[in-house]
Amino acid sequence: MRTLAPVDLSLIEPALDAYADIPGSLITILQETQETYGYLPMSVMEHIAERTHTPIATIVGVATFYAQFRLEPVGKHLIMLCQGTACHVNGSQLISAAVTDELGIEDGQTTEDGLFSLKHVACLGCCSLSPVMMIDDRTYGSLTPDKARKILRELAAEDGEGDEAK
Amino acid sequence: MRIIVGEGSCGLAAGAGAVHTQLEALIAQDNPRGVQLGITGCIGMCFLEPIVDVYEDDGTLHRLVRVQAKDAQTIYDAVMGGNLELLGKLAITPEDEQFLSKQTRVALRNCGIIDPESIDDYLAHGGYQAITKILETGMSQEDVIQQIDVAGLRGRGGAGFSTAFKWRAARDSQGEQKYLICNADEGDPGAFMDRAVIEGDPHSLIEGMLIGAYSIGASEAIVYVRAEYPLAIIRLRKAIEDATARGYLGEHICGSDFSCTLRIKAGAGAFVCGEETALIESLEGKRGMPRLKPPFPAQAGYWLKPSNINNVETYANVAWIVSHGGEAFAAMGTENSKGTKVFALSGKIARGGLVEVPMGTTLREVIFDIGGGIRSGKEFKAVQLGGPSGGCVPASKLDTVIDYNELAATGAIMGSGGMVVMDETTCMVSMARFFLDFTAKESCGKCVHCRLGTKRMLEILDRIVAGKGEQGDIEKLEDLCYAIKDGALCGLGQTAPNPVLTTIRYFRDELEAHIDEHRCPAGECRDLISYSIDKTVCVGCTACARQCPVGAISGERKSPHEIDPALCIKCGNCKTACRFGAVKVA
Repeated sequence: MRTLAPVDLSLIEPALDAYADIPGSLITILQETQETYGYLPMSVMEHIAERTHTPIATIVGVATFYAQFRLEPVGKHLIMLCQGTACHVNGSQLISAAVTDELGIEDGQTTEDGLFSLKHVACLGCCSLSPVMMIDDRTYGSLTPDKARKILRELAAEDGEGDEAK
Repeated sequence: MRIIVGEGSCGLAAGAGAVHTQLEALIAQDNPRGVQLGITGCIGMCFLEPIVDVYEDDGTLHRLVRVQAKDAQTIYDAVMGGNLELLGKLAITPEDEQFLSKQTRVALRNCGIIDPESIDDYLAHGGYQAITKILETGMSQEDVIQQIDVAGLRGRGGAGFSTAFKWRAARDSQGEQKYLICNADEGDPGAFMDRAVIEGDPHSLIEGMLIGAYSIGASEAIVYVRAEYPLAIIRLRKAIEDATARGYLGEHICGSDFSCTLRIKAGAGAFVCGEETALIESLEGKRGMPRLKPPFPAQAGYWLKPSNINNVETYANVAWIVSHGGEAFAAMGTENSKGTKVFALSGKIARGGLVEVPMGTTLREVIFDIGGGIRSGKEFKAVQLGGPSGGCVPASKLDTVIDYNELAATGAIMGSGGMVVMDETTCMVSMARFFLDFTAKESCGKCVHCRLGTKRMLEILDRIVAGKGEQGDIEKLEDLCYAIKDGALCGLGQTAPNPVLTTIRYFRDELEAHIDEHRCPAGECRDLISYSIDKTVCVGCTACARQCPVGAISGERKSPHEIDPALCIKCGNCKTACRFGAVKVA
């Protein structure tokens, strides 16, 4: 199992300095937090509550309302599997089944080795290339179950090589 | 000569970035003819991506399609050697060209033509002339709104409310501080029109918003964009910087007394934020839950100040209307739906992409004449319009014209422009379940009818697709549909039952087959189908057995194979792998 690095609260100070006093900035602050830590650690949300004089319930309320926010860290590669209408019509369930079978994780889970996290997302807006998935910042279109497996294996192999080189 | 690579999100996903890099490297090495390499946004022909346009000095266009990185050398050689015939094998076919030639582009007028990252290119194509005309000729707020009124422009986000009416209401509201907001939270699954406009022509959005801000008296404008659209945010940010540097945004625009700033707010992913009051709550940093109306945003919106909200496509039409006059816009379309509408055509369509047509065009013309009909020769079954708030229109209604009222009469809605085409292999019950799954997840939870009603409907649909439907389920669904429509506060809840109601209205026989006979006529619902191999057709090539992830297929090479139903997980790999059509689904 992976161990979580201790959370360094000072990393979020620049964002708090910039936004804490501007009304209506909570979502922006949380987006900065996730950009910094990869997720929203509870200790950071408590710190934001203190600095912005906002009840912690309000902050967690917003954090759990929006699909973008994660309360747990994600793996090295984040797989976003499009659940849009066009992808559904073109067989996204088969892709989803293949990814789950290949990695042994369901929507919202991370692999044991911390390499992949799987997230089902609303339409990515690349409907003409459906079915589509986005891994990190790259979009992969016109998927078949086989093609999806191959992409995952290639990414895993690249990481393996990187580790050996170290 | 210019080489332009189409670099919208679709193009980049298809590999346009690698094509660009290759061409750039070749041109950097040696460029004897002074060829310029540039980019443009989404051309709209997503089915042909990546697309490269080669323009000769006299403007002649050679459009190259499905270009791969390895083709860069060919393009380079042809252009540098002055032998453009070499490009023949990459050239678009006359048939595919019909996709664009049958369209009328107003909102998308610059998409795929100009460089979205260059304000000079926008200016060279008539950009910022509408706002300059307004400010320099001293048009009053009412003069501008009058043009929008004459044009008959209605909101392109779905509900189709009169834009001029909203602008007048916001202008007439008392208050020093007013806000103009753009809803770019394109949440409908299956819609990507707004993304394409922002990625391909961000300045036309800015200019449309400026005209709106002038008309209602707003000094601050905000674009609320989905966080899932990173490229759109990058290009819009650059456009705002450039427009500010050139004096089209900020203090004393074009030397007048009109001042307006514009900023981007990235949404955090919630479908309900497409509802205008929920969007305002989100802008204020709160959970995006709709407010009770009245007061309407025009009276008390963002920070309870008078605010006006329109979507991207609506604003993208505005500068054109001011430049060409309201009458020119109203000359297109039908009695109560003027101008053009952009659709995102996808699903089982032969030619998918962005389509802009005059209102009054029939669905058949869009799907068959422009989209080329169904891919792989299958039978058309239905087209889904309006996403989770809309419905599925069957083949018998294909001659319905695109018009707010006519489409509403079918039980679907105009919606924001998602048009997902389905063929005989799409199960309409599974489709209805898909949308209810979406709305049940996206319901904000404020109203009981929506929060629990959609959940109960989903449970019923879940059991129907699992072959455990009960007598009376259709009636129960109908009861819930009408109760939710009556009991929900906002558009999300009020329209959530539409996909189910249209399925009951047009595809009742399919629902009944699932419930009464535990059969899925389209062969899609996994619990109701089984796979087998037709031994008279199977040649024993072993392709299916090699693709089976669970080893359920057995048989000797060159002799018919067999599927063990006890092991089969119904993934469909074998059917995809078989080149002889021997795998049957029943």
